[in-house]
Amino acid sequence: MKKNLYPLVLLAVLALLPLAVKSNYFLHLMILFLLWVVIGSSWNVLAGFTGQVSFGHAAFFGVGAYTAGILFQHLQVSPWWGMALGGVVAMLIGLPFGAICFPLRGAYFALASLALGEGIRHVATIAEGFTGGMMGIMIMPTFISKVPYYYIALALAILSVLSIRLIIGAKPGYYFVSIREDQDAAASLGINTTLYKNVSLSISAFWTGMAGALYMNYMGFIDPHVVFSLHDYSVMAILVAIVGGVGTIYGPTVGAFIMVAFQEFFRTGFFGLFEYLGHKTGSSVISTVGEAVQHAHVLGFGILVIVVILYLPNGVVGDWEKIKRNVFRITPAKEGV
Amino acid sequence: MDVFLQTLVAGILKGGLYALIGIGMTLIMGVMGIINLAHGQLMMLAMYVTFVLNTMGVDPYLSLFVAMPLLFLLGVVIQKFLLNPLIKVETILPENQVLMTVGIGMVLTELARFAFSSDYKYITTDYANQTFYLGNISFSVALTIAFVVALTFTAAMFWFLLKTDLGRSIRATAQDKDAATLMGVNTGRITVVTFGLGSALVAAAGCLLAPVYYIFPDLGGPFTAKAFIITILGGLGSTVGAIFGGVTLGLAESMGATYFGMEYEDIVGLTIFILVLLFLPGGFKRLTKV
Repeated sequence: MKKNLYPLVLLAVLALLPLAVKSNYFLHLMILFLLWVVIGSSWNVLAGFTGQVSFGHAAFFGVGAYTAGILFQHLQVSPWWGMALGGVVAMLIGLPFGAICFPLRGAYFALASLALGEGIRHVATIAEGFTGGMMGIMIMPTFISKVPYYYIALALAILSVLSIRLIIGAKPGYYFVSIREDQDAAASLGINTTLYKNVSLSISAFWTGMAGALYMNYMGFIDPHVVFSLHDYSVMAILVAIVGGVGTIYGPTVGAFIMVAFQEFFRTGFFGLFEYLGHKTGSSVISTVGEAVQHAHVLGFGILVIVVILYLPNGVVGDWEKIKRNVFRITPAKEGV
Repeated sequence: MDVFLQTLVAGILKGGLYALIGIGMTLIMGVMGIINLAHGQLMMLAMYVTFVLNTMGVDPYLSLFVAMPLLFLLGVVIQKFLLNPLIKVETILPENQVLMTVGIGMVLTELARFAFSSDYKYITTDYANQTFYLGNISFSVALTIAFVVALTFTAAMFWFLLKTDLGRSIRATAQDKDAATLMGVNTGRITVVTFGLGSALVAAAGCLLAPVYYIFPDLGGPFTAKAFIITILGGLGSTVGAIFGGVTLGLAESMGATYFGMEYEDIVGLTIFILVLLFLPGGFKRLTKV
């Protein structure tokens, strides 16, 4: 039971959070965090556990969002039905893609997935009659308060992480890892590698699509450049998993927290620190620096990625032992001095 | 017929530039076995170098001689201090180097945004809009110059790879890294030089493109995409393939733009890309055996 202690405590805190925190701003951040938990975890199933690095998860995310949006736009069906369908449609997109691209290996697969994401974005832009093109799709949010969205996002995050944990702990999970470690050896042991790669892709696409559908419901507006964005979704999904720890169950959760916090940290100019300092000292230089910092969150991401890959190649969770060891080695030395 | 010929010419001229972008990518791919997802961003940087020099009154084509060495140095630094250290690190995913190039690309884009803002910049030259005619077909002067220069660089690259000692070492490393090491090639140094060369080549493409295109920080992404389509078309690691791939992409894009409409320009490239993956995995390299 001790193994489950931290996740359970975290869960309890997350479940009670809206009672304590009334600020819409923080709830919004928490919803973003939970969305990224879902997307990062599902990317991790395909890349971290099965070893098929995808640069095209925006495709699944966007398809999920568009499923919800188009259902409402054309059939006047509540976009919440899109939640039920979004994941399935994303899976349906993923299956033929997987059938075509899984014979490809390594770099080829990564590139094919990049092409998938970009291709679908172009299709969504051009098919104006169906998707609304660059105009996008706008719906009225169902709830005014953020609390219902928070709990739905929380439920989605819990379900996705839990289901992924169950699958990884069961037989398919071992098949996934064996494919990652050595595909030829796995095949020679009688594992149908193409089938299990597709299974992994389906799980991954399903949860990403669900996250997309929730995004549509929550944000109320999508257009091809928002939901199919290579940098905002495909690459961010990778960053979330990498920072947290590729190939670990809770890595993407930690990564999602770090990334969302990091983004806000920059966007608000170190939580208003620069503004405060600039105000106090009356120095225009600090204010200018602060403004620059607010625009630099992508730059910050880039630097964070470089630093993490160089020094914590297995992410915060994957290299936790290393972090602990290094921290412990440093602390006693300081006390000695 | 004229429309078709005109489209053909436009495509081939564009293809020359694409080939130059592709060769840089394929060199890096061949030697290090990684996709450089910061390739377009390196080109974007070179275009800004051209832009800055142009505001000082330097001709875009002369700025080749500044941008190429600068980008060569940048490539060397990236490979030496950011990519090579990763080879020794034990990780779950072997794609760490690729992900690193994504990070580098982000940093380069944002640095450019800092320095030059997101606005579109133009380089105005008196020949950018000039054309000359052969029969009924018009040739853009700037694109023709770009094509000729690109061909020259490609030829020079071939000579370098085939005839010089360093070029042979690069090819040896691409073929079999361990064997090359055993033969006394300093493969660590070769990877550094190769990344530098790849960056310098894409810098050349950037300088040549600058007079006929507009410059903005996010330009890197689409061109990285083009670069990897070219390399896939030609076959990863094949220099001849990159030229074929570049010209094919150029032709396909201009054909798509003429016969389907401008908005299909990008889709055509991606469609070809998927068709090649389906029916000719390994690209043109498979056909030519070069």
